[in-house]
Amino acid sequence: MVQAGVKPDGTTLFGSPSVEAMPAPATAGADPYVPTGDAALLAVANTRSPARTRRSAMLVVLALIVAAAVPTAFFNGYHLFQLTMVVVYAIGILGLSMLIGFNGQISLGHGAFFAIGAYTAAILMANWDVPYWATLPVSAAVCAIVGFLIGLPALRLEGHYLALTTFALAISIPQLLKINAVSDWTGGVQGLVIDKPDAPFGLPFSGDQWLYLFALAVGVVLYVIAWNLTRGRVGRAMMAVRDHSLAAEAMGVNLAMLKTRTFAWSAMFTGIAGSLQAIVVQFVAPDAYGVFISIFLFVGLVVGGVASIGGTILGAVFIEFVPNIATQLSKSAPGAIYGLLLIAVMFLMPQGAGGFLKSLATRLRR
Amino acid sequence: MEGLIHQVMSGIANGSIYASVALALVMIYKATHHINFAQGEMATFATYISLMLINAGVSYWAAFLFTLVIAFAGGMVIERILMRPMMNAPVLSSVGVFIGLLLIINACSGWFFGYTIKSFPSPFPSQPMLGGYVSGHELGSTAVTLVVLLLVYLFFRYTRLGLAMRAAAFNPASARLVGVRVGAMLGLGWGLAAAIGSMAGMMVAPVVFLDPNMMFGILLYAFAGALLGGIDNPLGAVLGGFAVGIIENLGGAYLVGTELKLTLALVIIVVVLVVKPTGLLGRAVQSRV
Repeated sequence: MVQAGVKPDGTTLFGSPSVEAMPAPATAGADPYVPTGDAALLAVANTRSPARTRRSAMLVVLALIVAAAVPTAFFNGYHLFQLTMVVVYAIGILGLSMLIGFNGQISLGHGAFFAIGAYTAAILMANWDVPYWATLPVSAAVCAIVGFLIGLPALRLEGHYLALTTFALAISIPQLLKINAVSDWTGGVQGLVIDKPDAPFGLPFSGDQWLYLFALAVGVVLYVIAWNLTRGRVGRAMMAVRDHSLAAEAMGVNLAMLKTRTFAWSAMFTGIAGSLQAIVVQFVAPDAYGVFISIFLFVGLVVGGVASIGGTILGAVFIEFVPNIATQLSKSAPGAIYGLLLIAVMFLMPQGAGGFLKSLATRLRR
Repeated sequence: MEGLIHQVMSGIANGSIYASVALALVMIYKATHHINFAQGEMATFATYISLMLINAGVSYWAAFLFTLVIAFAGGMVIERILMRPMMNAPVLSSVGVFIGLLLIINACSGWFFGYTIKSFPSPFPSQPMLGGYVSGHELGSTAVTLVVLLLVYLFFRYTRLGLAMRAAAFNPASARLVGVRVGAMLGLGWGLAAAIGSMAGMMVAPVVFLDPNMMFGILLYAFAGALLGGIDNPLGAVLGGFAVGIIENLGGAYLVGTELKLTLALVIIVVVLVVKPTGLLGRAVQSRV
């Protein structure tokens, strides 16, 4: 019997041999995309009534108002900075989620786009005094183009090979940023320092408060785009390619176009996150964008749930706050905790925290 | 001309390290179709253990052998606990577990042994040899690696156990039918790969100095070597490793400068995968749909 998405030679890409036939509960190596156990239940839950949709939309807006108002009113300094970084990481992970979660192309090198976004913003601000908000469209365009170009060779690489190649990209990024030929722009090993933006129009916010609100606003726009993109025709095509590319092609999906475009979208999101990070931290240097930033984005994605838009926020909270708590134990503790959790998630809840909460909610509602 | 010979010689010396790590990667890939992203970290950790032993007064070669044994055991344990359940897992899960392993071992190296860069002793004389073209360490480490690679070859070619391991990797179902204990063979393969990797770690540590992230660059070159030779061909991986060592040194000296050596490995990887994904000696895998 030939299963959908399973090649007979055992090199399965994104289908594990018969998820349904596997004994529940979720076994190690279950497909991270397919809800094990209560798949049918979730399918029912997804066909929502208009009233429910309106209610959840209201809830989201309410949550946003709280997210904007409460930290701005009660937090300051470092805590507000941390929350801003959560927004930044969430956007970065969102980009990775579109590529890995929705399209099935595994990238371990998204730190590269994060770095390109950060450097684009920093170079524009430091060398040409471009206002901080105007750098975002530029780095979005730059990253989308670079992402599209990297997506071209990626077309020929599947599964492990793409992971390996992007991992190699992640390792060599700091070297590329240190190239002497462009050090007039990039500041070489020293990196670049940029000014902290102030609130515009004389609004009564401190710099930190304004940056938080600015990042949040950018984040909301990007999340709306991502939400609509993944739920529309394009999103369905992305997932079809992920689950069985040959079948998707037979249905009329232009594989090459779709995959490279997804790469471009994904790179654009992560690049914008990089620009925001540079603006928030006001400093870029090559060694800040080593292999670990790529790995941390990947950890955040997996912990939150690879194909879960809401999960990206959980993942971002995780990678921002775990190091803060864990470094009190030891400098190495965050890495160890990340690693243990990554393995635990893969073994115990392959859909990540987002998927776990979702199925929990469905179960409670029943 | 002298400069060229010098570059080729030290390219071969570097290449022997890449060849070993590439061989370790290929052994695991061939048996399980997983790419071991944690190979470098495992080697680094083993190198720390040998440094600890040497500092405790154990002689170099005793520490060397003991570390190989520990790495072998460690590899088997990892296979048994983490890899066995992931045998038929989708690619994303396998990548996730390997990245998790990488993070854990990297953190453990830093936790137990600290993040300061340490020097590592070399058992070989430091004066130049062969008419001044290579250092004693380069010659010695190349010799050690070649001996180990030869032993591995003889083991797989002429022993019953080696044959059984090849059978288990080639066709697990049939191997099981003729009485090969496939699980045990996979465990042995992991142990062997870990030991070969740790040997490479101990040989390269005197050159690049020891810190928890020591092997990231080496792993990149090893990936390039393994892909260049063909990821499912052990001999190809070894030759590819040497080739990458030479390309890296010549490219660094005459083409791109030392500051872009790692990028050269990235370029090799992309070019091989796009132009000839099977590598120079690899076999094309056909899959039915």
